[in-house]
Amino acid sequence: MDLVSPAGNLPSLKAAVDSGANAVYFGFRDDTNARHFAGLNFGPAKIADGIRYAQQRGVKVFLALNTYPQPRGWSRWQRAVDQAADLGVDAMIAADIGVLDYAANSYPELNLHLSVQGSATNYEALRFYRERFGIRRAVLPRVLSLPQVEHVVNNTEVEIEVFGFGSLCVMVEGRCILSSYATGLSPNTYGACSPASHVEWRETQDGLQTRLGGVLIETYRDGENAGYPTLCKGSFCVAGNTYHAIEEPTSLNTLALLPALQQAGIRAIKIEGRQRSPVYVAQVTRVWRAALDACRRDPESYRPQAEWMAELGKVSEGTQTTLGAYSRPWQ
Amino acid sequence: MSNNPRLSLGPILYYWSRDDVFEFYRRIADSPVDIVYLGETVCSKRMLMRTDDWFDLAERLTAAGKEVVLSTLALLEAESELKRLRRICANEAYLVEANDMGAVQLLRGRPFVAGHSVNIYNERTLRLLAEEGLKRWVFPLELAVGTLADMQSARPAGIETEVLVYGRLPLAYSARCFTARAHNLPKDDCQYRCLDYPDGLTLSAQDDTRFLALNGIQTQSAQTCNLIAELERMRELGVDVVRISPQSRHSDRIIDIFHRCSTGGMEPEEGGRHLERLMPVGSCNGYWHGEAGMQVTQAQVRELSAE
Repeated sequence: MDLVSPAGNLPSLKAAVDSGANAVYFGFRDDTNARHFAGLNFGPAKIADGIRYAQQRGVKVFLALNTYPQPRGWSRWQRAVDQAADLGVDAMIAADIGVLDYAANSYPELNLHLSVQGSATNYEALRFYRERFGIRRAVLPRVLSLPQVEHVVNNTEVEIEVFGFGSLCVMVEGRCILSSYATGLSPNTYGACSPASHVEWRETQDGLQTRLGGVLIETYRDGENAGYPTLCKGSFCVAGNTYHAIEEPTSLNTLALLPALQQAGIRAIKIEGRQRSPVYVAQVTRVWRAALDACRRDPESYRPQAEWMAELGKVSEGTQTTLGAYSRPWQ
Repeated sequence: MSNNPRLSLGPILYYWSRDDVFEFYRRIADSPVDIVYLGETVCSKRMLMRTDDWFDLAERLTAAGKEVVLSTLALLEAESELKRLRRICANEAYLVEANDMGAVQLLRGRPFVAGHSVNIYNERTLRLLAEEGLKRWVFPLELAVGTLADMQSARPAGIETEVLVYGRLPLAYSARCFTARAHNLPKDDCQYRCLDYPDGLTLSAQDDTRFLALNGIQTQSAQTCNLIAELERMRELGVDVVRISPQSRHSDRIIDIFHRCSTGGMEPEEGGRHLERLMPVGSCNGYWHGEAGMQVTQAQVRELSAE
């Protein structure tokens, strides 16, 4: 299994490469990718430097072009595909059918991966993208159980990549518009969920309130660590109970599942977090490199080591806030 | 000049008893909707209506003069779900609405409808799906009238456009069941709690602002999208079908109001006032105006008639 690490900027890219990633993924500095955050991503000069740095060290580079253009923005996405092909990236990660169609027709030699934003949860959907655009790989949405993932792998020629670690989307990616319901901006249209431009922090008698698009997401009492108000991780009131009605502020960590994922035929593990620091990228990549190597050497006796878990615990989203009083096991 | 859009009734998004479903469609048979979408689109555990029941209803509604479309699951995870989907897609009597690309794959080469959870955000996507057999597409919920206008001027010949004009908006789908979670139950032992919430379970922010509605694995808006004031604009843009999403009560009255407003029997302002009283929580129309979906923006109807 390959390790695919996030690169929000050049220092992160170098950190990923130097810490043992097999591939890095990144985006252009605009809304053509799903991490469209201020100060993040690559302009033309840095991107060429980054690609050179990675490829000279045998690390592959994947360009994320995984948002959904509307007619008025179309030419910008088309130019981004042209640039990706010119830059000689090892693969382009896309979601939109129009973008995939343009890339497949204009650059038949360009490797295409279906982004998690493409929202393909089953092998029939993958068959469509394979037959129409020749996609080589797909990143599965974070909604499938392990047996379901295995079933997809067994029924497709497309290589399967899954998320191993990082912030957790609870909703099927590519078809969640909670963010735009509150702010007007969504991953699909704008490349960001719960965008910082719509976040407010307000000191009140009840504590520190965080709002998104004016909607109260969380109230922090004295002494509680305040986290970023991602819409689906807020505390809401349902039938008289206040709790994390959708999801706690928690990170995904599949370290314990590695032997099973390897056994299932997963081609690559993806680390979430292009918006995170180079330190995060280095730490997480190092741990996952060690884990993947250990698992490959001897899957039978593989166990996640306590120091790996501790290291990952330090950078998990869950450390930013407490879990709600009404927290429940996942299923 | 464009014709008045036809009226459709979307699939029931909630879990109702079998009797309630049959009774609902008995009334719909006499209503002025032209097109009826039938089937379970949210959760494969909702089995009170069997696939054969839906075919039975399809026959009755066809006999009542309705165009019937069989609608399908949006989130496909298990092989059993694909199996049921294949059966629906293989039927030769009715058009099928794909709500996932897996369904599109199964329908390739035959006429089909793409629901709003198939992402068609640009004309290149629309063209490609038209090559595959797409006959009608539902405009994505989060996009604005400007994009609709651009898409309408570029759409391939023979492709119909449908816009959701009334209903709580389906905003997201998950592997997790939020209704079961609200009852401290695991999804695998959900005890079919959705049956208790025939219009979804309203979720509020901690300041009591009503925000979302939980509907099993689907999350909806608490507010009801209402675009009755935009019917004239839709006609000008050549929208072919406008969709009303079912709710447990008043659906026949809602259909009647839309019918009267689109055929000139009632002013949209008056229709809007009636509709406000029939919604679970209140209305929204922000997406249409390019704003946050939950916003309410006053319609600028006059500006258009002045052109």
